[in-house]
Amino acid sequence: MTDSAAPRETAVTELPAKAAPAPKIKAKAPRPKGRSLYNLIGVAVAAILGFPVYWMVNTALKPDKYAISNDPKFLPFPITLDNFKRALEVSDFWGPVFRSLIIAGTTVAIGLVVGLLAALAISRFAFRGRKVVIVGILTVQMVPLVAMIIPVFLLLNDLGQYNKLSGIILTYLTFVLPFTVWTLRGFIVNIPKELEESAMVDGCTRTGAFVRVVFPLLAPGMVATAIYGFIQAWNEYLYALQLLSQTNTTATVWLGNFTTTRGTEYAPMMAGSTMMAIPVVIFFLLVQRRIASGLTAGAVKG
Amino acid sequence: MSADTSTAKVPPQRPSSSAAAPAPGRAPRRSLGNRLSGTATPWLLLAPTMVVLAVVLGYPLVRLATLSFQNFGQSQLWGFQPTEWLGFDNFSAVLSDSVFWDVVVRTIIFTLGAVAFTMVLGLLIAMLLIRVSSWVKTLMNIALVASWAMPIVVAVTVFKWMFDTDYGVINWLLTKVGLDFDRHNWFIDSTQGFAIIMVLVVWGAVPFVAITLHAGLTQVPKELEEAARMDGAGAFKVFRYVTIPVLKPIIVMLATLSVIWDMGVFAQVFLMRGGHPEPEYQLLTTYSYDKAFVVNDYSMGSAIALLTVLLLLGVIAVYMRQMLKIGEVE
Repeated sequence: MTDSAAPRETAVTELPAKAAPAPKIKAKAPRPKGRSLYNLIGVAVAAILGFPVYWMVNTALKPDKYAISNDPKFLPFPITLDNFKRALEVSDFWGPVFRSLIIAGTTVAIGLVVGLLAALAISRFAFRGRKVVIVGILTVQMVPLVAMIIPVFLLLNDLGQYNKLSGIILTYLTFVLPFTVWTLRGFIVNIPKELEESAMVDGCTRTGAFVRVVFPLLAPGMVATAIYGFIQAWNEYLYALQLLSQTNTTATVWLGNFTTTRGTEYAPMMAGSTMMAIPVVIFFLLVQRRIASGLTAGAVKG
Repeated sequence: MSADTSTAKVPPQRPSSSAAAPAPGRAPRRSLGNRLSGTATPWLLLAPTMVVLAVVLGYPLVRLATLSFQNFGQSQLWGFQPTEWLGFDNFSAVLSDSVFWDVVVRTIIFTLGAVAFTMVLGLLIAMLLIRVSSWVKTLMNIALVASWAMPIVVAVTVFKWMFDTDYGVINWLLTKVGLDFDRHNWFIDSTQGFAIIMVLVVWGAVPFVAITLHAGLTQVPKELEEAARMDGAGAFKVFRYVTIPVLKPIIVMLATLSVIWDMGVFAQVFLMRGGHPEPEYQLLTTYSYDKAFVVNDYSMGSAIALLTVLLLLGVIAVYMRQMLKIGEVE
């Protein structure tokens, strides 16, 4: 359809365009017909989707007496940071956050290295049993995490890894690794073999062709995969709840328990939620363009 | 996607051994050594993944299966009593329990509803994204990514607050509009409660679907759409016969993932109900968890979890077959 969004689109196509000639005829001038109606719906959709996030921040910034009110205000006025102070006072905040960062970061790093090798194997090599491996990885990804919690709990208990960060990192690989392999495979498959082939015709080894040609094209995909994996690990609740003790827990469980410490104090709770979510949201917004393009973009099209 | 044709079927270009000698000696090395490394290399690359998965997934899966045929409770956990084999006792106990069947039906309805809403809304939003002006698109993208990035636990607490009985903004809004929702408790009736949980799940799942489908839509060749239009196809026919077929691999992938994720919903229900879901709020996931870690009957919990996996495999098998058929898995 008529896609006008000029700055964004050109930025997206820029990456692949460098690697390959893209003799694409750009779409004609946008038709204004119906555009304003779509814009109206678009704004409404954005408002509805964004409302919970907005309401969280709004509540967090309001003074307590305005936050809990029969007549809620839609602007935080006067703005206060008391709720944030309060949230930090209620219990240890930074401990769980650091643990979450360590766990998610390590899991993703291991997942990316190990997963990339496997993704290469199933996307660039023809070998007997390849299809079985792919079906296996897909199937493994379908096993719901919750179903595994009982044997995983018993396994870590036996290994002496209960309540250890190393234990939980290992178990987080159950969902990060298959996802990483499958997603990276999708990215690699979308990078045309012809690029590698021509590099190899020009004298590159297979490894050289990968490092010089495929890897740069794959980098956005790896960033996207890493971020998504990180978010999954950061968000994980059940394993953290069950495999770590209360004093050694992650940020998600910390927030989940917030309710019980002193009844339901919604304003500080929203402050805690904001502190947990906003860094992730901002980080995500910064790289979102790459994620969106990375998922389906290829270098040579058509 | 065009990648289907170009990548899948092409046999690999003579696999040269990794990291080995660069340029010289190209011709002579080709025969035996390369053929050997050609078969070994992929397996070497796969080895680390397979080892990790064997430990963290393979073994627990086997243990899950064996547990469900055993008697394993608190005393077995601490080693006070030996583990006994029970045969199918756990399963016959579970399967003859009407509570279990209620939970199964509830889980299936919930999953199907959530996936359907997610996919339809995601596609609609994706199509909207390619039709709006760039500033609206930016606005929508910010909203989408913000809700996508929200940690589930955060989302649950925010929704709890928004739907709070006394001071929730939703009750206030609905009352303002003229409906009687003052002090309305959304969770007394489990249908209403699940409606909110479903809104929460769909809200969290739609961004990934919408953004991915939007990325796919921008790749739909314009020439195809134009050709269809020139042949006299209307907007709907272009959508039905050009857009949808091109997007199909992505749609199948997204639907598959959605089924997996929505069937595995746990934290949303568990936290919404304050860590102790009432009987009418139990899904298969929370039900199994309850049996294992509240009642401390690990083997009964395992039996339920195993049945969940089997049920899920049944649902997924349909999608897998389609993926094999369309060549997504090649």
